[in-house]
Amino acid sequence: MSQTISLTLQVNRQSVTKTVEPRTHLIDFLRNDLALTGSHIGCEHGVCGACTVLVDGEIVRGCLTLACQLEGAQVETIEGLTESGAIADLQAAFLQRNALQCGYCTPGMLVCATELLQDRPSATQVSRTEIREHISGNYCRCTGYEAIVDAIEETLKSRHATKVFAKEVA
Amino acid sequence: MQHPGAPLKISPMKPSPFSYHRVTQLAEVFPLLSLHGSNAKLLAGGQSLIPMLNLRLSQPELLVDISRLSELRGIRLEGEVLKVGALTRHVEIERSPEVARLFPTLIQAVREIAHPAIRNRGTIGGSLALADPAAEWPAAALAFDMTFELASARGMRQVKATDFFKGLYDTALTADEVLAAIYIPASRATSRAAFGELARRSGDYAIAGAFVNAERSTGENGGCLQHTRIAYFGVAGVPVLARRTMAALDGTTGDAAAIEAAAQHLEADLDPLADLYNKRATKLHLSRVLLKRLVASLGA
Repeated sequence: MSQTISLTLQVNRQSVTKTVEPRTHLIDFLRNDLALTGSHIGCEHGVCGACTVLVDGEIVRGCLTLACQLEGAQVETIEGLTESGAIADLQAAFLQRNALQCGYCTPGMLVCATELLQDRPSATQVSRTEIREHISGNYCRCTGYEAIVDAIEETLKSRHATKVFAKEVA
Repeated sequence: MQHPGAPLKISPMKPSPFSYHRVTQLAEVFPLLSLHGSNAKLLAGGQSLIPMLNLRLSQPELLVDISRLSELRGIRLEGEVLKVGALTRHVEIERSPEVARLFPTLIQAVREIAHPAIRNRGTIGGSLALADPAAEWPAAALAFDMTFELASARGMRQVKATDFFKGLYDTALTADEVLAAIYIPASRATSRAAFGELARRSGDYAIAGAFVNAERSTGENGGCLQHTRIAYFGVAGVPVLARRTMAALDGTTGDAAAIEAAAQHLEADLDPLADLYNKRATKLHLSRVLLKRLVASLGA
C-alpha cells in the first residue's frame, strides 16, 4: 500500500513542487530531495534538536514532521537564514564566542535561537535562564552551552541597543 | 558485544510505509476510521506519534491528518466553562490570555512539556488521547475535573476525565471516535491550585509530578480546604487521583500537620511503579515531597 503525494510548499522563499512518499520526514525531504544539507540529522526521534528548522516562522523538529503535512507551508532552513543575512549578527557572535566546536548542533542551535530573536526583540526581557530554557531541546556535546548562551545573549542585547539608538535618532 | 572490526548494524529510524489522507471536515474522518479500524491512526501534532512511527513501535496502514480541522481548534469561555479544541497546540495554550487569567497553574505546567519546538506542534488533544502516564495533560484533566467531548458517526458524547483513562495508553475512546474538545470548569475566587514536577533536566519526562486543585472555604469553616483534588503523573501506569489523600486534606487548613497526616495515604493511593532509573521508594518519596510543597503553596 505504497502511495506518493504531490507536494507544493515554499522553501527559503522559493516555491517547490515534489512528489514524496507519505513517510518522508521533513528533514530527509530537505536533505535528500532538495540537497539542503545544512540541517543535520541526529537522533531521529525528537530528542537532540539538530534538525530544527522554521515552519511558518516557528521552530519544529524536522524528524517529527512529515513533508506531506506541509502543503502550502513556508519552510526556512539555515541556508535561507544565512543567505538573507537575517542572523548574520548571531552567526558572527557564535564565531567570536567559540559557541561551536564540531559544529554538528550549530545549524539547529542557530535556527532555535532565531525564534527567540524574533519573538523577544527586547533583550531586557530575556534572562540567561530563559535562553537556556529556550535551547533546552537542542543538544551540544562540545561547548558546555555557556558560550552559546553568551552569543545569544550578546545578539539580543546588541539588537536591542540598535533599536533604542534608532528610536533616539528618529 | 560487537567485534570492533565488524560493520555497524544500523537500523534506520524511518517509519514503515503508510498511506496519508488529509481531511478538511470532521465528517470525512469517520468513514476512514470505520474502513481501516485500528490500522488507521489519527495524526494531529504528531509529536508522540511520529517518534513511535520512526521507532516502528507503531506501523499503521493509514495516517488520517486531522491537523487542519479548524473546528477542533481554539480556546473559548462558554459561561462557567472553558472550551479548548482538541487540536489547540501547547504553544497556543501557553499564550492564551483566558488560560492565564483562569488557570495560571496550567500555563506553568504547559511550559514543562518537552521543548519549544515540540510545543509549537503538539496538541492538548493528542496528549490526552495518547494518555501517556508520564505526561502533564492527563493528570491536569483529573485535577481540574475536565470533561471530554468525543465525536463519532453516531454523534457526540461526553466523558469525564475520571472515566476516560482506563490503563496504560488506554482510554475510553473507541476505534471510531475522535477527541473533539476539552471542557474545563472555570476557577472561582475561592479556587486554589498548584503544580510541580521533578525531572532530571528541563523538558525531560517527570520522575514524579502533581497538580493540586481545591477550594478555600469562606464563612463558618473559613480557611478550610474543600473539594481537594490531587492528581499525579509519572508515578504509575495511569495518571492517578490520590483519593484518600484528598479526603484527608478536606476540612483541614492544609497546615504542616494536616499534610503529614494526609501523606500517609499516598502509598495506597498511588501504588507507585519503579522505572528504569527510580525505585518505587524514590517515586513515593518524591510524591510526598511534591504533596508537601504544593499544598503548602496554596494561598490563604
